[in-house]
Amino acid sequence: MRRLISMLCLVGVVLFGACALGKVEISGLFMKQAGYQESDIRAMTEEFLKMRPDIDVKLSFVAYEELHDKIVVAAASGAGTYDVILLDCIWPAEFAEAGWLLDVTDRLSEEDRADIFPEVLSAVTYRGRLYGMPWLNDWEYFFYNKKMLEAVGAKPPTYWTEVIDIARKLKAQNIVEYPIIDAWGQGEAVVIQWLQYVYAMGGTLFDEAGNPTMNEGKPLEALEFMVQHMDEGLFNPACIESFYEEVRRVFSAGQAAFGLNWTYMYNLANDPAESQIAGDAVIAVIPGFPDGRRSATCNGGMGLSILTSSQHPDEAWDYIQYLASKEVQKKYSQNALPIWKSLYDDPELIAQQPELIKVAKEQIHYIFDRPQVPWYSQLSLILSEELQAALTKAKTPKQAMDDAVSRAKEVMERYAQ
Amino acid sequence: MRSKVPPTPSGMYPRGGLLRRRETAFAWALILPSFVFIGVIIFYPMGLSLRLSLFQVDLTRRGAGTPFVGLANYIDILKSGYFWSSVGRTAYFTVVSIAIEMVLGLFIALLLNEKFRGRSILRSLLLLPWALPITVDAIMWKWIFNANYGAFNALLQQLGLIEKYQPWLTRPWSAMHCVIAADVWKVTPLVALLLLAGLQTIPRELYEAAEVDGAGWFRSLWKITIPLLGPTMTVVLVLRTLDAFRVFDIVYVMTQGGPANATKVISFLTYQEAFKFLHFSRGAALSYLITLIVAVLALLYTRAMKRQIEY
Repeated sequence: MRRLISMLCLVGVVLFGACALGKVEISGLFMKQAGYQESDIRAMTEEFLKMRPDIDVKLSFVAYEELHDKIVVAAASGAGTYDVILLDCIWPAEFAEAGWLLDVTDRLSEEDRADIFPEVLSAVTYRGRLYGMPWLNDWEYFFYNKKMLEAVGAKPPTYWTEVIDIARKLKAQNIVEYPIIDAWGQGEAVVIQWLQYVYAMGGTLFDEAGNPTMNEGKPLEALEFMVQHMDEGLFNPACIESFYEEVRRVFSAGQAAFGLNWTYMYNLANDPAESQIAGDAVIAVIPGFPDGRRSATCNGGMGLSILTSSQHPDEAWDYIQYLASKEVQKKYSQNALPIWKSLYDDPELIAQQPELIKVAKEQIHYIFDRPQVPWYSQLSLILSEELQAALTKAKTPKQAMDDAVSRAKEVMERYAQ
Repeated sequence: MRSKVPPTPSGMYPRGGLLRRRETAFAWALILPSFVFIGVIIFYPMGLSLRLSLFQVDLTRRGAGTPFVGLANYIDILKSGYFWSSVGRTAYFTVVSIAIEMVLGLFIALLLNEKFRGRSILRSLLLLPWALPITVDAIMWKWIFNANYGAFNALLQQLGLIEKYQPWLTRPWSAMHCVIAADVWKVTPLVALLLLAGLQTIPRELYEAAEVDGAGWFRSLWKITIPLLGPTMTVVLVLRTLDAFRVFDIVYVMTQGGPANATKVISFLTYQEAFKFLHFSRGAALSYLITLIVAVLALLYTRAMKRQIEY
């Protein structure tokens, strides 16, 4: 009993102490994956807390696949579990329609806005309003193993046709069994990767009237391209179960000559602690098609948003502003490049990341957005299921895409009501 | 005083009406906190989600409001092919994994029921897979079946059974069986342990008598062990069916329902509706349908069990 009383006293003292200090506590939800690493975010937050002793920040980290669900549960309950969340560029429509994101259009100054890449701003914009601060500036790149290309005397490829030729040589000479690794796991990954081939070929998913037309023309050709070259053994059959971490591991183990991935693979694939091919991983612009576009890369930008259930939106905004500030973004450029245009001419940043900055400046010209509609999650699911049906030979590409179109139409009709 | 006390039906307290009443009140006082607790955390959400399933709540279409739609959500689901194919997949998973777990579990239990050196160590080691969190189990098996560096591929290759590494998780048919393997590995120990407990209740004399009568090992297994294990087996069957029908974690970690939906079991479908698409009412309706299926199964089993015990 005495122990209980002393425990209660202790708890009381702690609670009282916390109140007396009058700290505002905000909590943030981040991901443990590509982009800024957990240690980066913790360090940034420590620095912020030193400047702002009146605030306390609680951090949570989850895998990307869980991020959406965590936000949904927290926001739908309205309990204010999180103040700041990491927002993927495919969610603004969905979350803004649900009324969960604070409109921050008037909080960002004109001057700042002009210095941010428009592609990155669009990641947090829905119907002309800003629902967060752009933060993680990311899109995909092409990676190749320098040593393997030298072994067959090949030049770095510009088009997929060249990639396929080199891959055939590599396979014929037994340098690597499956030359190309790509993330075609069921989920968002397979959709993104397919879209990159579609856009590189010069195609789109919808016609001018907004009707889905992926069962003909370029979208269908893109899928056929994937299936055909996987059958040939140029794409690793494990693509179908791979997400970006698997791509990174296979590429870093020297089991692929080519791979597609986000920025973060570049430094990790050249880190001897993480990779067996350190020094041989080269980053390049994603190849295109001679009769299509020079390149295409998916906008994977993410922003920091404030949930409408937050009790402390002003403190949350200050925290976000700090994380997205030029100084912080410059300091932590190793795993994600800054959102600020002016930094790309900053000699210090260029000195830190010479190769990456050079390629990034070119790749950004070929960036595309995924459809920004509130039913994107459903469209993405339909596409991922049908793409996988074709890749696993359950359906022919044509059948799969016909089914995708009819299912997409059903969803669209529901939303048109 | 005595007349105020209602007659006690059991007649166990002929003079102690007051005492009994006090005891009842005391019992209520003891139960009440947990009753309120359970009510708040179980019955209230259950009622709320039942209500939810009768309305149209779709957070991505706020303009549409949340009208009462009656059973429309249920009818929609029952009419869709996706629901029935995932029910079929779930049933396949349930039947195959339980069948393997039962057979394996029985043999392990028989083995551990024999006297040999190191039996107690083996018995405690057996529980190891069961003690692992499901997520850990699933991640481990995902690695084992990995197409580029998985242990399963290495094993088969070294045995000369395959020429080169196979992507097991990318083929619809084999992916389902990989998921089943992960489940079997984890749950067989539990089944074995429950059956072992059942085995220990069978009197030794029966086996001795059978031996005297000249029955062999297999015959006494078939005529003594299995019939007398019946009730235990039914309990295991009920527990496992209810569990397997709601399988989610292994699928979520290992395949995300892929490839090409080959492992999209009914719980995964529900999760997708509710948390990926924000169709909360459809998700709630789906959960109630799962509850219904599981309840019917449980009812059938308990009936069968009663019959067995009477026999």
